[in-house]
Amino acid sequence: MPEMTLNGVAVEDSFAEAFGMSATRVVITALNGTWARHAAETMTGFATSVIGCGVEAGIEAELPAEQTPDGRPGLAVLLFAMSGADLAKHLERRVGQCVLTCPTTAVFSGLDGEKRIPLGKNLRYFGDGFQISKLIGGRRYWRVPVMDGEFLCEESTAHTAAVGGGNFLVLARSLEAALSACEDAVEAMRALDGVILPFPGGVVRSGSKVGSRYPKLPASTNDVYCPTLRGLTHSRLGPEVGAVLEIVVDGLTEDAVHRAMRAGIQAVCAHGEAAGILRISAGNYGGKLGQFHFRLREVMA
Amino acid sequence: MNPLRLRLREWPPHRIDMGGLLRCGAEGIDAAEIARRPLWLGNRQIPAGELFEIRAGDPGRVVIANACDRLDRIGAGMASGEILVEGDCGAYLGEGMTGGRIRVSGDVDAYAGTGMAGGDIQVCGHAGDFAGGAIPGERRGMRGGTLLIGGDCGDRAGDRMHRGLLLVSGRAGAYCGSRMLAGTLACLGATGPGTGHGMRRGTVLLHHEPQGLPPTFNDSGTLSLGFLVLLLRELVALDPAFGALEPARRPVHRYVGDLACQGLGEILVM
Repeated sequence: MPEMTLNGVAVEDSFAEAFGMSATRVVITALNGTWARHAAETMTGFATSVIGCGVEAGIEAELPAEQTPDGRPGLAVLLFAMSGADLAKHLERRVGQCVLTCPTTAVFSGLDGEKRIPLGKNLRYFGDGFQISKLIGGRRYWRVPVMDGEFLCEESTAHTAAVGGGNFLVLARSLEAALSACEDAVEAMRALDGVILPFPGGVVRSGSKVGSRYPKLPASTNDVYCPTLRGLTHSRLGPEVGAVLEIVVDGLTEDAVHRAMRAGIQAVCAHGEAAGILRISAGNYGGKLGQFHFRLREVMA
Repeated sequence: MNPLRLRLREWPPHRIDMGGLLRCGAEGIDAAEIARRPLWLGNRQIPAGELFEIRAGDPGRVVIANACDRLDRIGAGMASGEILVEGDCGAYLGEGMTGGRIRVSGDVDAYAGTGMAGGDIQVCGHAGDFAGGAIPGERRGMRGGTLLIGGDCGDRAGDRMHRGLLLVSGRAGAYCGSRMLAGTLACLGATGPGTGHGMRRGTVLLHHEPQGLPPTFNDSGTLSLGFLVLLLRELVALDPAFGALEPARRPVHRYVGDLACQGLGEILVM
């Protein structure tokens, strides 16, 4: 296969290995955008990886007042988990601790479908018998009395099969160059619908491999991409590489992940070789673990 | 295809139970079959064809023309389709219906929509007593669906209503929302005395401050309630007259009661 370079940046003939996940979308509204963001950011905090957090979550988009169910400014939040049951458990916890508690907020389902998971169905019991149900336009809502008035939340939301763990690696001459390119990639990717970048600022530095020399650890550092281990392991890094960063993307559909990866890689390559970007690679586990493979060269074709 | 059309030949000397007349199985029904079906007229039965001129058409859409207030139980138990009544209806319109749509150009008598669990009833004129209410011996009135009354309604509207939406564009009589179990009743006009008497849960939404509220209602203050935005959007879609309640996001006066029966119901004045 011929080499592929974009603006002087080599695109490896590799693929990102992504997994089937279960996802849902909720819409959080509040008196103003600031308070909607307080709730959404709290709710999506500590949700970088299912391994340690149980759920991966992020803010998908900011919604203007005219696009939300109750006509107030809001945010769409996506949550991804390994199963519908996991998703239900974490959604309920996070809405209960982070949205119910946040002044002026209301929460609505952001996804239609047959497979339902509870949103306000169990949270309503916080109302201690004073909660009120309202069936409006075929959807059930709960009004839970709280100290600022009423917490309004829809009874349930839908979940859908989704794709988690789409990724690519940015190999650069320096850490500064890698970070600057990744920042632009994150901005381009976050502008798209149906995807979230669950890691801090959208960027990961601790790419992992499966397994470890310690039997209890299921995953450990991806030594072949660590610049300080060059010369010690079968490093994938040439002498010119100073740092590697990864961007991980979860999406509602395979296509959404595909589009986000493409937008991200494009933004990174726009920096070009001149700005110190050397190579684009991707994280995979040999192709046996995840059912979705995003071949970098097909994504960029 | 034209609708199936029934035209009442003349004012009947007795009340007529229309309940089973239009009921049909999966295979549908034709005009001849309807004409043969017996209807009780006083103490004797006569074929429907003697009372109505029947013109064949789509049985999913039925027009009852020249209707009068002696035709009881029109659309009782219907699950789908559409009935258009040109004129007035008797009692028990749409009793126990689960789906479909009934539209009445004139007035209806008592117990319209009693026991309905789904579907839509639209009455352009006035309604009698117990609209959406429970018939004696029944534990529940409306159990779902939408009952829209363009004019006024009599006493005890929404009595023992359990679920669903009852909209009154005009005035409501005494004891509106009495013994409500849940659901939503909205009235744009004035209401008679005893509004919400014995209500357990549910919402009565009013445009005018109620007169003669039972003493077992307490003032809950003036509050802004987020769900009203969603509710009002639906009400306005059903009947633009409810736009009079806009804007939804503003403080509304709330009464809670009936404290003699749990007191989880509410009367909202906006």
